[in-house]
Amino acid sequence: MDILVYALHYEGAFNKNSLGAVSEAARLASQIGGEAHALVLGASDELTDDLCGQLGAYGATKVYRAEGPEGLAQPVVDAMAKVITDDGYGYALFGGGLLGFEIGAGLVARLDAGVTMEVTAVRADGGKLIAERPILQDSSVSDVEYHSPVGVIIGRLNAFEADDSLGTGAASVEDVTFERSPQSGRATMVSRGEQRGADVNIEDAKVLVAGGRGLGKAEGFEALEALAGAMGGAVAATRAVVDAGWYSYSAQIGQTGKTVSPKLYLAAGISGAIQHKVGMQSSENIVAINKDSNAPIFEFSDLGIVGDLNKIVPKLTEAVKAKRGS
Amino acid sequence: MKICVLVKEVPDAAVEKRIDPATGRMDRSGEKNLNPFDTHAIEAAMQLKEGGELAVDEVVAVTMGPDSAVRALHKAVSLGADRSVHLSDDALEGSDVNGTGYALSRALAAEAPDLVLLGQQSDDGECYTIGAVVAEHLNAPSLTQVIKIDVEAGKLRCERQAEYGYDTVLVELPAVISVGDAINEPRYPSLKAIMGAKKKPLEKLAIGDVGIAPDRVGYANARARCGDFHAPPAKQAGQIIEDEDTNETVEKIVAWLDERKLI
Repeated sequence: MDILVYALHYEGAFNKNSLGAVSEAARLASQIGGEAHALVLGASDELTDDLCGQLGAYGATKVYRAEGPEGLAQPVVDAMAKVITDDGYGYALFGGGLLGFEIGAGLVARLDAGVTMEVTAVRADGGKLIAERPILQDSSVSDVEYHSPVGVIIGRLNAFEADDSLGTGAASVEDVTFERSPQSGRATMVSRGEQRGADVNIEDAKVLVAGGRGLGKAEGFEALEALAGAMGGAVAATRAVVDAGWYSYSAQIGQTGKTVSPKLYLAAGISGAIQHKVGMQSSENIVAINKDSNAPIFEFSDLGIVGDLNKIVPKLTEAVKAKRGS
Repeated sequence: MKICVLVKEVPDAAVEKRIDPATGRMDRSGEKNLNPFDTHAIEAAMQLKEGGELAVDEVVAVTMGPDSAVRALHKAVSLGADRSVHLSDDALEGSDVNGTGYALSRALAAEAPDLVLLGQQSDDGECYTIGAVVAEHLNAPSLTQVIKIDVEAGKLRCERQAEYGYDTVLVELPAVISVGDAINEPRYPSLKAIMGAKKKPLEKLAIGDVGIAPDRVGYANARARCGDFHAPPAKQAGQIIEDEDTNETVEKIVAWLDERKLI
């Protein structure tokens, strides 16, 4: 049974989570007697044979190239629904990210398919795929099986590892034409990929001091910048505070932001929602300061401090300065 | 013009959630709160109505769930919805995303709204997906995780954060849009609104009332079925310090960091 993957690209490069999904599909397809194929959609001059063919190294044997507006889900739903119906795919697989949720959900309605979201692992069993999905703040894992001709699997961010040694060469590229649904023409992209706030580099920092809504206001980041400065690190932020305009998008961790694994991740006023956790859980040491002793972040931090960050952070900054100065 | 807001009752964050070992499903007996993200969807609807750029005649709260879900509707009405619709039927119990999205779309089709708003996620499961499923069934354009909505010549100019930064998308009505919590600060209901909520019209629907096919909903017809549950790989619990004397707390943190050569 073959597996179809959506591969998201932007400015001439594929998304890392999409490449992971292609590799995961290749690993799984070999266990259920099929192949992994990918679909890309965008402007025809950008989707060169060379770019599409690159997916071959990650394990795709065939790439469907569809022309349409980039960054919107419903045109991709149109294209994937047609390919899946015409060529009989058993599963559609998506890496972590925003579009995968939307496209996968669209296919659920279009193809009467079953869907599993936030999948962290997939395994083959008797020619079928079973998706593992953590639930209840990751306290339990549910095995999900499909009772529909097509199963939709939407991965959690960073769940699937990209491997460019899985394929034997460039994938074959096939142009596909499809009919646009009425709804997919009624949303149009005005501007895409706008960067808000200063451009900062957090991916190379060995120490990250991250702030969330618990800071109370944008000015709360000043104390974190002082602490990060004292520790020789950088400042990061959660999506909630970035969306609120308190800090730069380029410093955002998680679902639609960066994935980091510094030596030390110090989270201040961050509850630890899954969407944040997926971007920082591989940090070597996690320290959390939160006034709510029930905050989920304490379940995956190495050192948790239950208290008022406004009291603790300034004193910690002074103590670190004194220590490093000595 | 009519706006329907999809709302959902979710477990209270203070109540421990668990799987019922007998049924393999979420034990929902401790539920009692309106999904926090849905309060932002109601507020977005109220701001569109009060903003006056769209001629919004009414805001209708719609939910699917057992009898207790009526509380989510009362809360929605206290926050400003004019009336509510409760889709409730034993046949719906245990529906997956496929069945839930389909059933909700049938209830919505009966209302024929110009705009459907909902929270982008709920604490207990169907993150990000329901809006897009419903939209396809209604042949409506859809956008999820929206954090800003402006009216522009009868269309909605929506902003959201996507994989490569912030996107701005112009969406024609009728549409289905899910919102994030950065979109607004929901108002607090007045005491009068809370007291009056139970007097606002509430329509109860069974599956037959809106043409829901019984073989497409419920656990037995779930396209994706939760089977076994198992524990995730255990992570050793970290050390916890309760801050009583901050100087002492800071000393402990510095010692901990120093021990690991982190400063």
